[in-house]
This record gives sequence, structure tokens and C-alpha cells, in this order.
Amino acid sequence: MTNSLQPLEALADPTRRAIFERVARKPQSVGELAADLPVSRPAVSQHLRMLKEAQLVIDQAQGTRRIYRIDPRGLGLIRAWLDDYWGEALRAFQKFTDQEGI
Amino acid sequence: MTIAPIRRTIEVAVPPERAFELFSMRMHDWWPIGHSISDDPRAAIEMAPDPGGWWGQIGQHGTRTQWGKVLAWNPPGQLLLAWQIDADWKFDPGLVTELELTFTPVGMNTLVTLEHRDLERFGESAEKMAEQLRNGWPGVVQAYADLANGRIECAPACSTA
Repeated sequence: MTNSLQPLEALADPTRRAIFERVARKPQSVGELAADLPVSRPAVSQHLRMLKEAQLVIDQAQGTRRIYRIDPRGLGLIRAWLDDYWGEALRAFQKFTDQEGI
Repeated sequence: MTIAPIRRTIEVAVPPERAFELFSMRMHDWWPIGHSISDDPRAAIEMAPDPGGWWGQIGQHGTRTQWGKVLAWNPPGQLLLAWQIDADWKFDPGLVTELELTFTPVGMNTLVTLEHRDLERFGESAEKMAEQLRNGWPGVVQAYADLANGRIECAPACSTA
């Protein structure tokens, strides 16, 4: 069982959100992202790894670089959306069973 | 391309028989009200307890809006549903994604497991969604983050009626 970072939690971090937004606008490399943000290259790599784990971005080798882009079919976003949707629904169900008791 | 299923579990303080009944037959009483896909305010949720049974919401003005259908009705252990709502929050009869609920006894309580699978079938509508979002990425992503942080109930693409 993979225990991946919840997609919405991945986007709740402002730096990761900034990275995700940049990647959404234009596919780019770690180097390009680091040049554009007040964050070190290793930190950008770490954030990208988490975004990838949350299935929000994918990477592709291009020569010696890896180019990051958002999931081209938007599935990562749908998954993020639904993941939270079901989480909220189940929490509501739990609360209801508590009220119903016995 | 395949996409990992969503799995969520939660423990509830009732036995499986009761958990199954509350989950399926009393859905309107707990399903978050913001989660509506019709302009007609939700008055009930109906789920016909047989394979193929209609599942959806009924509005105050009687509008019936389908969400999906029952695929397998096996109380108290398993409920298998077809979730047929696309990325635009519209019912799509051609889209079938499986939503499986299992109810496992844990002492006097029940472990409820939800698995939503076949997510790659959202492919076409996901493309549409990505297209729509291209103009407004920052706002949308902020909305996702707000949702994650519990600041709002439902993000913009989700109809709140």
C-alpha cells in the first residue's frame, strides 16, 4: 500500500503551489524553476518529488534534463478533488453515526 | 495510463448492519449538503437497493438528478456503486467508475473502507477540465488549497445550489 501525500495537502504549501502553478503554465526543468523562485535547487527537487507522488505532475527526460509538466489529462487534479470529496463525506458519515448512536 | 484508486477508511461506533443501513438508506441525512449537482435544492437522496438500482438526488421541486447506480448490494459487508459524475459535475451515463464500500466489524464498531477506482476513465472529461482551468490556474489552485485547509466547503467548479 502506498501512503502518498494527499494531493490537496501537497498544494496547501505555498512554495509547492507556486511550483505547480509555474509548471501548469509552462513545462520546465528544476533549474528553470529554481532560477525563478527564492528556493534552492534541491528544495525545488524535493517539492517536485512530492507533487509527483501526489500525481499532480509528471516528468520526462529531455536530453540531460528532466522536464516537469502537469498531468496532461488533468487526472491528478480530479484525483485531488475526489480524494478530498470522499474524505469529507466519510467524516460527515462518522459524525452522523455518532449522533444516531446505539 | 492508469491512476491509483482513492482509498479512505474511517471507524464508526455502530455495528456493520447499522453502518450499512445508515450509509445507504439515510444518505441524505449525512451527505454534505454542498455536494449538490442540481439547481433544485436537495430534498432527498434515493438509492434503490438492487443491482442496477437508481442512485441520485431529488430536489425540492421534484427534479431527479442521477449520480450513478447500485452495482452490488450485499449487506452488511459490501456496497458497490457506480459513480457516474464527470469532471463538470454532470451525470454521464457513459462514464462508470466504481465506488466500493466495505463494512468490517472491529469489536463493537465498524471499519468503513471506501475505494474509488477506474479513475482513468475520467480521461476525456479530465482533458476538458484541464482546458477550462488553463485560463485560471492560480485562482483554481488557491481554491484547492483553501479546500485542503478547511477554509471553504466546496471549490468553484462544484455547484453549491
